[in-house]
Amino acid sequence: MSTEEAPLLSVKDLQTHFFTDEGLVRAVDGVTFDIHRGKTLGVVGESGCGKSVTARSLMRIIDRPGKIVGGSIMLRKPRNDGSNQIDEIEIGELTDDGREIRSIRGESIGLVFQEPMTSFSPVHTIGNQIIEAIQLHRPLDDRAARNRATELLTMVGVSRPEERLDELPFQMSGGLRQRAMIAMALACEPDLLIADEPTTALDVTTQSQILELLQDLQEENGMAVMLITHNLGVIAEMADDVVVMYLGQVAEKGTVDEIFYAPKHPYTKALLQSIPNIYQPSRVELPTISGSIPHPYNRPAGCPFHPRCPEFMPGTCDVHVPETLVSPTGQHVRCFLYTEGAVRIDREEATAGKDASQ
Amino acid sequence: MSANQQITTPPGDTRVIGDTILEVNSLKKFFPIKKGFLRREVGQVRAVDDVTFRVRSGETLSLVGESGCGKTTTSRCILRAMKPSSGEMLFHQKDGRVIDLAKANRSQLRPVRREMQMIFQDPFSSLNPRMTLLDIIGEPLLVNGIGNRREREDRAAELLKLVGLRPEFLSRFPHAFSGGQRQRVGIARALALNPRLIVADEPVSALDVSVQAQILNLLMRLQNEFGLTYLFVAHDLSVVKHISDRVAVMYVGQLVEFAETDALFHHPKHPYTSSLMAAIPAPDPRKRGIRARLKGEVANPAAPPSGCYFHPRCPHAKDICKQESPIFEEVEPGHFVRCHRARELKLTGVPELDNSGAVSASDS
Repeated sequence: MSTEEAPLLSVKDLQTHFFTDEGLVRAVDGVTFDIHRGKTLGVVGESGCGKSVTARSLMRIIDRPGKIVGGSIMLRKPRNDGSNQIDEIEIGELTDDGREIRSIRGESIGLVFQEPMTSFSPVHTIGNQIIEAIQLHRPLDDRAARNRATELLTMVGVSRPEERLDELPFQMSGGLRQRAMIAMALACEPDLLIADEPTTALDVTTQSQILELLQDLQEENGMAVMLITHNLGVIAEMADDVVVMYLGQVAEKGTVDEIFYAPKHPYTKALLQSIPNIYQPSRVELPTISGSIPHPYNRPAGCPFHPRCPEFMPGTCDVHVPETLVSPTGQHVRCFLYTEGAVRIDREEATAGKDASQ
Repeated sequence: MSANQQITTPPGDTRVIGDTILEVNSLKKFFPIKKGFLRREVGQVRAVDDVTFRVRSGETLSLVGESGCGKTTTSRCILRAMKPSSGEMLFHQKDGRVIDLAKANRSQLRPVRREMQMIFQDPFSSLNPRMTLLDIIGEPLLVNGIGNRREREDRAAELLKLVGLRPEFLSRFPHAFSGGQRQRVGIARALALNPRLIVADEPVSALDVSVQAQILNLLMRLQNEFGLTYLFVAHDLSVVKHISDRVAVMYVGQLVEFAETDALFHHPKHPYTSSLMAAIPAPDPRKRGIRARLKGEVANPAAPPSGCYFHPRCPHAKDICKQESPIFEEVEPGHFVRCHRARELKLTGVPELDNSGAVSASDS
């Protein structure tokens, strides 16, 4: 939080909705955060909380019937001509598939997908796929691009990179494929690397290798990383700042220390308690979060977490939508527990709250 | 550790850890590699290579290891979803008879299958979308010719209640339920025939973290209530530590270490176990960066290295490790290790409990 310079990417009140036949799904519903150069932002949440849709919104690769309906995504991109100028690009306003957004994808923002098994084309060699990514953005001939691809594979710790380039994805193990995926995302030295569950499909030993690789690369070129995961251990290991999402909203946001040692939102607290921890005694009953994540068409009114919340206040949480509150240290929390004189404020907002929950 | 022979059961845990229910002796499962027009056998994948362990009734025994280490193959052989290449698997039946699952034929296996059930990893693909919950949970009863339609319905309703679902759900289809609820249905189905041994292959790894805790609690409650024995196959070591009494670590088809959970996690004796422990990301930002990382990749089970299979990645390997394969021996009571240097090495595991509580959220 000490970085004084303007953040690399500022997301403000982002809203991405899906207009399906069954109804409107507010997959991302007013998300705000900043990503700073050289820092890692961890995004935690369970399935359906909108973390992947947020990441895809940043690159404008939301498939129909999804659409960004509000908010701003501001990318501050240094100019390539050597001057210290910084271009401010509003990603949300670029035309779909126009030249500008295509130059951002891969060039400024790299993306590592969740499943190394399915995110490569099975019928092209790894080399061809990496070379394609390089040549899209760099004016290199085939030989130079191939050399660059070899260099990239070496950088991400793939042994015998020359031979690996000619292998098809099925010939490689999960860890190797994930490394190749990272190599491809890094092909044009992006300012921001979005890693969407980069280690979920991998074993612990491979996971720790990949995490170390990300840390090393970040140290080397000051890249920002947005790390999306549901594994709190990975977040604790990697993140500088953490965003906790629940049903398309940011429930809590703060530094990694604040989130782990001084969590404020009942959801964050419950999440931290409900994971088995190797430092805790075995075979004791785990505190659980009752119920399950609501169906996206069937969103609860008021605070989206209230049906599962241990601190639920009837008449407040199920009626009104909580505002985001900011603590003096910069920790954001969206919960009525921390609203002073909650009831009074609610009356003033009663009408607004009702509108929002419809 | 050695003084602590009997398994410490926390308060509320009413289990009785009894006699052996399953003995696995020198279990081997090799898959042939075939090449060419004549499909000649050119080699073998030694998926499970000489695995020996005992399961005691009422306990939870976990098999852990990296993908491809043979833990799922082992569990499938025990259920006789595949026929092992060699070895014995002695199952002690309810009536005291002992049957070798490895050699039994179809008709001999039939009565034993009731006593062994399986919980699957993926609650989305393991339930038939065209069957109602009644059909799904009642199927094991139907197949085994137990009860009439009415009785099956009563039993299915009872099972649903047992796993925390409402009996009204019986006529619904799986699509109406969330992942956690579906996994409960899968558990109800596994319980339908009052089994004694349940093989659970990654039962919580497809679930969300908040739901995972519910299912783990349910599994432990059912175990207390019915004296179930679990053979748990998992790769999430925090989950394994939480639920298991004893843990067996596999590497390239072999058991490399087998001990009680606390001994294994706090005082590992095999370098591989120790590096697995070190790789667990702790949900605690202040314990960052204290990990020694394991280099390299898992050995190829079709062409394993000479000597100890782990030696190319082992930080403690000596010449003997490259030449001779170590034997699986008991170095401390109840603590088995396959390592030449098990007695001399001082390895680090997970630090012992600090009472301050590692995660600060525990005070709310």
